[in-house]
Amino acid sequence: MPIAKVWVLAESTDSGPLPASLELLTEARAVASTVEAVTWGADAASMAAAVGEYGATTLYDVGDLGGALPGSPVAAAIAALVEAGNGPDALFVPATYDGRDIAGRLSVRLDRPVLTNIVGMAEGDGLSTEHAIFGGTQILTARFSGPGPGIYVVRAKSFAAEPSGGPAAAVVAAPVPELGATGAARIVERHVEERTGPKLDEADVVVSGGRGLGSAENYALIEELAKLLHGAAGASRAIVDAGWVPYSHQVGQTGKTVKPNVYVACGISGATQHMVGMKNSKNIVAVNKDRDAPIFSVADLGIVGDVLKVLPALIEALKSRS
Amino acid sequence: MNVVVCVKQIPDPAAPPKLDPQTHTLDRSGKLIMDDSDAYGVEMALQLADSAGGGEVTLVSMAPHGETSGLRTALAMGAARAILISDDALAGSDALGTAKVLAAAIARAEPDLVLAATESTDGYTGTTPVQVAELLGFPSVTFAKKVTVDGSSVRVERQTEAGYDEVTSPLPAVVTVTAGVVEPRYPSFKGIMAAKSKPVDNLTVADLGLEPGQVGAAGARQEIVEVAAAEERGAGEIVEDEGDGADRIVAFLESIKVI
Repeated sequence: MPIAKVWVLAESTDSGPLPASLELLTEARAVASTVEAVTWGADAASMAAAVGEYGATTLYDVGDLGGALPGSPVAAAIAALVEAGNGPDALFVPATYDGRDIAGRLSVRLDRPVLTNIVGMAEGDGLSTEHAIFGGTQILTARFSGPGPGIYVVRAKSFAAEPSGGPAAAVVAAPVPELGATGAARIVERHVEERTGPKLDEADVVVSGGRGLGSAENYALIEELAKLLHGAAGASRAIVDAGWVPYSHQVGQTGKTVKPNVYVACGISGATQHMVGMKNSKNIVAVNKDRDAPIFSVADLGIVGDVLKVLPALIEALKSRS
Repeated sequence: MNVVVCVKQIPDPAAPPKLDPQTHTLDRSGKLIMDDSDAYGVEMALQLADSAGGGEVTLVSMAPHGETSGLRTALAMGAARAILISDDALAGSDALGTAKVLAAAIARAEPDLVLAATESTDGYTGTTPVQVAELLGFPSVTFAKKVTVDGSSVRVERQTEAGYDEVTSPLPAVVTVTAGVVEPRYPSFKGIMAAKSKPVDNLTVADLGLEPGQVGAAGARQEIVEVAAAEERGAGEIVEDEGDGADRIVAFLESIKVI
């Protein structure tokens, strides 16, 4: 069955629409004849222009949530639209904190399963989805076998975002029905952690550190090298779990997906969890003591050595050039 | 305060994972252990029950072949009892089917709070806890990096793209915790001995009042079409550092015009 209509969850950020939502709008255009979007928040008008630019003709606006966590209200509003008979064949959701909450809640409301961690799609006799498993060494292809709409949760950077130059989408209100207890979680206060330099998932160069650094203090080497290369500093899950650096630095399955021009992995062995988030980088440099570390299987240049010797020398060499 | 912790028992992640050649699902026929990600929820539950001045920590797990070795680890940490749902009809369940089973079992424990990891280490769909919350009619807060309970509400620092949000929710609620939310204790020898005699309720799909068609492969409405090797990156140059490691990296960065 060809795909007639796809909805894309259009999430907004402080600096406009979430790039992953624009990627999904682009992919939706490639597989479906009608593309529509769903958003929430206070600024539907500018979102309507942004999603229209990427091919959505209609924007369903759930509206301001008054501080409620989005999972329950947005899922309930989407379920109400679907039950009213105007639902899509597929809903594309970016794999963000709120996106996963909405997908899970909606799955129960519609009694439809969810496919998560999608990294690619193919159309032909319905949509099939690609999932990277076992550290990205294998690609698993899956599809929904029951009635739609299917809920597809897609990892960032799985597709390139390309505008279609369309006009602003028509805004249609999508009110939130009575939620009961499920909608009772509220945001009391937001905290923004200051970061300098480019964003981890947008940087051209990413320098990441892992357990091989030996201690939290040595993460300063990663930050210094990242700064010298005008890049962003990342981390493996191991050192985030150990409390050396905040979660926002994490690259991998549970953290950010990065696809920079060059990724420098320092003292990172290359666990499955990490590789999924960085193995599509254009160039990969790895420094690790263990010659058998899996990270070397994806490295263009691998240095078998002590990061605490190689990094200071590299930093000095770069400083002497500038 | 009664806290339920969802515990997944998974094949040892250190061993190479295998797929069943027929179903393409993860081979779970070997020994299973507690998912490391769940140790944080167990520890958090023990600390919250303790600071609330009482209450029980109950584990809920769905696993094949009556597997309890992972549950014994969590019982040894200090949980009071466990509910295990094990039934051949559950093989091949998708995340929603799993959530239906867990929600039905959790409801029996009448929890004030349900804790789970943000995602499992083996399947990492990351949607099951929220599906459980919706099925139970509970609010949920995902990606907690700090959790405190104050009477009838829970206060959570929830990870966000920009930093974190302070979120409050009335109880009962489902909260998913990130690794590092607390430092899990190691089971003591006394704890390990005590765990051997702690109660584990074994339940089947019929015990939970679920229709067989809702769960397992019969209830799953997604299928795996194929599994193929990913495109491999061309082999790189791997060299021992003989004092020239930094220079080699500089030369490489020059060759790709990063510097």
